[in-house]
Amino acid sequence: MSTLDIRIDYDVIASWVAEGARVLDLGCGDGALLRHLKDARGASGYGAEIDIERVIACMKNGINVLQIDLEEGLYDFKDQSFDLVIISNALQALHRTEKLLREMLRVGREAVVSFPNFAYWKHRVSIMDGHMPVSDRLPYQWYDTPNVRFFTIADFEQLCDKLGIEVRERLVLDDAGRPVTDEPNFLGSFALYRLGRSAA
Amino acid sequence: MATDTPLPPDSVGIVEPQSARFDAPLTLKSGAVLPGFDLMYETYGELNAARSNAVLVCPALSGHHHAAGVTAGQPGNIGWWDNLIGPGKPLDTRKFFVISVNNLGGCHGSSGPTSTNPETAKPWGADFPIVTVEDWVIAQSQLADRLGIDAWAAIIGGSLGGMQAMAWSIHCPARVRHAIVIASAPKLTAQNIAFNEVARQAIITDPDFHGGHFYEHGTLPRRGLRLARMLGHITYQSDDLMAAKFGRRLREGGRKFSFEVEFEIESYLRYQGDKFAGSFDANTYLLATRALDYFDPAHEAGGDLAAAFAPATADFLLVSFSTDWRFAPSRSREIVDALMRNARNVSYAEIESSAGHDSFLLDDPHYHAVLRAYFDNITV
Repeated sequence: MSTLDIRIDYDVIASWVAEGARVLDLGCGDGALLRHLKDARGASGYGAEIDIERVIACMKNGINVLQIDLEEGLYDFKDQSFDLVIISNALQALHRTEKLLREMLRVGREAVVSFPNFAYWKHRVSIMDGHMPVSDRLPYQWYDTPNVRFFTIADFEQLCDKLGIEVRERLVLDDAGRPVTDEPNFLGSFALYRLGRSAA
Repeated sequence: MATDTPLPPDSVGIVEPQSARFDAPLTLKSGAVLPGFDLMYETYGELNAARSNAVLVCPALSGHHHAAGVTAGQPGNIGWWDNLIGPGKPLDTRKFFVISVNNLGGCHGSSGPTSTNPETAKPWGADFPIVTVEDWVIAQSQLADRLGIDAWAAIIGGSLGGMQAMAWSIHCPARVRHAIVIASAPKLTAQNIAFNEVARQAIITDPDFHGGHFYEHGTLPRRGLRLARMLGHITYQSDDLMAAKFGRRLREGGRKFSFEVEFEIESYLRYQGDKFAGSFDANTYLLATRALDYFDPAHEAGGDLAAAFAPATADFLLVSFSTDWRFAPSRSREIVDALMRNARNVSYAEIESSAGHDSFLLDDPHYHAVLRAYFDNITV
């Protein structure tokens, strides 16, 4: 993923964050997104990260970081204790997808989820040619990818529906970071969602 | 010293302990009154003009004021946390002014069982009052007053030392900017108190203990202290580490069909026990283990740890070690949880280490990188 794309993702997420919001960022990497939200929106909160090198990077960046395994769930976190729980480009690397999505909306009033769209047309072409897709958004070979869940925009929305999760906002981007409106599951390589619990 | 190996450039160098006398009586948590007291301490680095760069190092169970450098006139006597503290080390003495103390009840020069009870002109022995973590914090705060330190840039401690850092953050919130709590717990479990009780019973039932007044009998409860330390050592290490270090290896000569020292682990434990029994005071060991048992900030807040931490204003760093079963990672997570409920700034690292509880004294690269990154971000 290019730096430009990251900026676009971060700006989109920042636009969904209320001023001074309390945020939990799951799979926070070196804390760059939290730093951005802190600077741009005066947000506070914590990052969660399993990798010690990234934990150290967060500490260098002055970001609150908790070294925890997201596969265990968010059992430490109190109900509705954050305005927003974010999982940016990391959901596809975790096994317990349903549990984590439920947990995110237990702990947070809203959730932001972003992920690469496996049904992007270039990925489809790759499969048609007989190979697993490798792209800017999926920059791994099949044998070294950290990704364990392979899903599409259509799949994700189906799961949200099943879990009683309401899509409050969606932005789909193409390879160049341009918003896609037509045929997003075909033309979009990356999707960002703002989610809440359905009123039901 | 001219003939000795020169000290490495990242050592704080030759250090001399200092002593501070406090004449005002100190009422302890138990209600007992200590008629004045002495505290031994060492300092490393320089206090800056703004007095904003002071870091307090709180000792663990057998720790004392000599945390870094080499004691003057004792070339082999290197501080117990020397790998952490020094110029260019994670706790960098070019940036910070570090103070390390020997607590009340200790046996390294601070008022304790081996010092003289002014009322009897004899050693306190078993009559030295029970001291708590909170009592230690009060004594340490008087030392801070004496040294002109209004607020610590950071307070750091491992195990029992971490409990002191927590107690500071709760009882003197305005005086602690950062609390670094390593391999600690918000209170001991029953199992943990049980280990302490076995250690205490080993000491108390040693015929040479004489109800704690062994000084006047010219004896030392070596056997008890040695057993207490052997037990401690087992719990401070992990099963894996012991397997790797000693396994079932036998010393020379193989099996002798006796109860002599045959396995390497037996030899190690006896060596550690003997070393400790010759250098540590039995009454201090009893007091320190009791301080561990009693520490329970939630107890005074209706059992709610988050409520206990409500007064705290410090930023926190918690560190635990994967194979530490005496102060397991889950115990640090309880503290993290309580701090999050108070919306405190808190970071938490769980270091993969095979060395068990002892890890906090070692220099695992990730562990030290975490501390370095955290200390580097503290403004002074």
